Amino acid sequence: MAAIELKGLTKVYPGGVKALDSLDLEIPDGEFFALLGPSGCGKTTLLRTIAGLETATGGAIVIGDRDVTGVQPGARDVAMVFQDYALFPHMDVTDNIAYPLRIKKVAKAARAEKAREVGERLGLAHLMDRRPGQLSGGQQQRVALARVMATQAQAFLFDEPLSNLDARLRLEARTFLKKLQRELGVTTVFVTHDQAEALAMADRMAVMENGLIRQIGTPAEVFQRPANTFVASFIGSTPMNLLDGQVRGERLEVAGCKLPVPSSVEGRLSEGEQIVYGVRPEYMTYSAEPVEGAFGGRVSIMENLGAAHLVTLEVNDTLVQVVVPEGSEPPLGAEGFAVPKDGRALVYRDGNVV
Amino acid sequence: MTRHIVGRIGFYTLIALLMAFFTVPLLWLAAAPFTSDPTYEVSLPDFTFTNFQAILEHPYALGSLYNSLLLAVGTAVLVVLLAALAAYALSRVRMPGRDALLYALLLLSSIITGTAAMVPLFQLAVELNLIDSQLGLILILTGGLLPAAIFMLKDFMDSTPKSYEESARVFGASPLQIVGHVVVPLVRPGLATIGVWAIANVWGNFLMPYLLLSDIEKQPGAVIMFTLYTEGGQANLPLLSTFGLLYSVPVVLMYLFVSKKYGFRFHGGIKR
Repeated sequence: MAAIELKGLTKVYPGGVKALDSLDLEIPDGEFFALLGPSGCGKTTLLRTIAGLETATGGAIVIGDRDVTGVQPGARDVAMVFQDYALFPHMDVTDNIAYPLRIKKVAKAARAEKAREVGERLGLAHLMDRRPGQLSGGQQQRVALARVMATQAQAFLFDEPLSNLDARLRLEARTFLKKLQRELGVTTVFVTHDQAEALAMADRMAVMENGLIRQIGTPAEVFQRPANTFVASFIGSTPMNLLDGQVRGERLEVAGCKLPVPSSVEGRLSEGEQIVYGVRPEYMTYSAEPVEGAFGGRVSIMENLGAAHLVTLEVNDTLVQVVVPEGSEPPLGAEGFAVPKDGRALVYRDGNVV
Repeated sequence: MTRHIVGRIGFYTLIALLMAFFTVPLLWLAAAPFTSDPTYEVSLPDFTFTNFQAILEHPYALGSLYNSLLLAVGTAVLVVLLAALAAYALSRVRMPGRDALLYALLLLSSIITGTAAMVPLFQLAVELNLIDSQLGLILILTGGLLPAAIFMLKDFMDSTPKSYEESARVFGASPLQIVGHVVVPLVRPGLATIGVWAIANVWGNFLMPYLLLSDIEKQPGAVIMFTLYTEGGQANLPLLSTFGLLYSVPVVLMYLFVSKKYGFRFHGGIKR
């Protein structure tokens, strides 16, 4: 087990595309760390650079106490699960799981024993003689996990480990993977483009955009207090309300409504300043009666979220969304008010949280 | 309606004619060796084995089949080995001018065929002291087949996902281990195809051995067949047909065997 540290890590592809722009990141020993971002943000490049499949253009990678920046992938003592699992189609499950041990010149009987042991732990005992082509997607994923477990590497790297599973299985695999990582206690970095997956599984996460890390933090920190409007709009199953506004005396004028200045930013805004007011639909309460310091408008759309409804209010030509628990859904076209919870509303200046 | 029927009849007549065109020589090849006095006609054989007796007594016939085998297998092994290494490198390593190189190879090798390269190849063989040497012939045949083999195999390697190799690499496999444990098993059907293709090519090649080998003891079947004449200068049909049958059977068997064993299958293991 080992911590991973990146210092000013830069990767420029031939042709001048900057995939990673001077990244600094520390992942403590045993942490389950998520790299989250939209396609092309550099998260997979970052993972591959840690694995050694891409060579860093600048900066350093330290795993444990060892600088591995120029070290071959096989000598870095990391193990990787690929998005397509990359199980060898001509080997059965035992040989696939035992392959890392074969490279380490472990005797045949010993590695078959180890493969059986790991396979049993992941519920693959009855599949050990099958070829990958005869396994379902979920079983293939578990074989890929068993194979990295057999390596006893310092750190695990997962490249979109759940993206090839169907939706139902993905939720099961999420829980399974988190439990497994906790039990093994191996430092694990995983890449995902699914914010719900990152929030659910990670101990800490980094949100990336265009080769830059836009925010690092625990899922709760990133969800409750996005550091910038990019993270704010990327995280959350229902998009955060990000509304243009202006400071007017003791109040904020947003979408034609007067709102109180959130206590966290009190005294740090200047009169007349242009700001972006951000509040998640989950962090507002709905009221049918007029309330002071709330968004007031007409209910124009209702979306069923299961145990709650997402209500869209039309507030002076601006759309504001609020989550309403089941049982208290307003009728369409009704007059409604959305009250931001204090301490949950954020103010962004030039795209960054104040 | 009548027009339709007439059209159908015409269509099937045409098919039947085309089939006959290709089947009759095959029927002749199957029947003539078992006929005591075969002519150019396809006739029912009288099931004699005297022709086989005669070919066994021919001083060079069996030896030439052995020579054919030697040349074909030797060339195929070299072609598969060299083409696999070249194709793997070309498929996996980015380098400037790679595609231009590939197309130039393919273009030049298809424009400059054996006939056009006859004189220079002969000169080259003389200079290198490879005239009348089976090894020399194998090298020259290998050179002729390599460009197309590289081209075909590169295509095959391109379609094999890289993550298999990357996965082995992260586990610490050396380049040679990656090739031995992962790449070769994955592209085995492609290698088998190239091998069969090379064997069939060399087996049927008349010009190059005729040109470069002068010792009749070293000649392959394709050249020996050319010598099966009667004293009167007529084609010796009993010998020719019998030898023809013996000459074609191994290639047919090889095709059947390889297609059964390596018919293109993919086992999965990559989730798409």
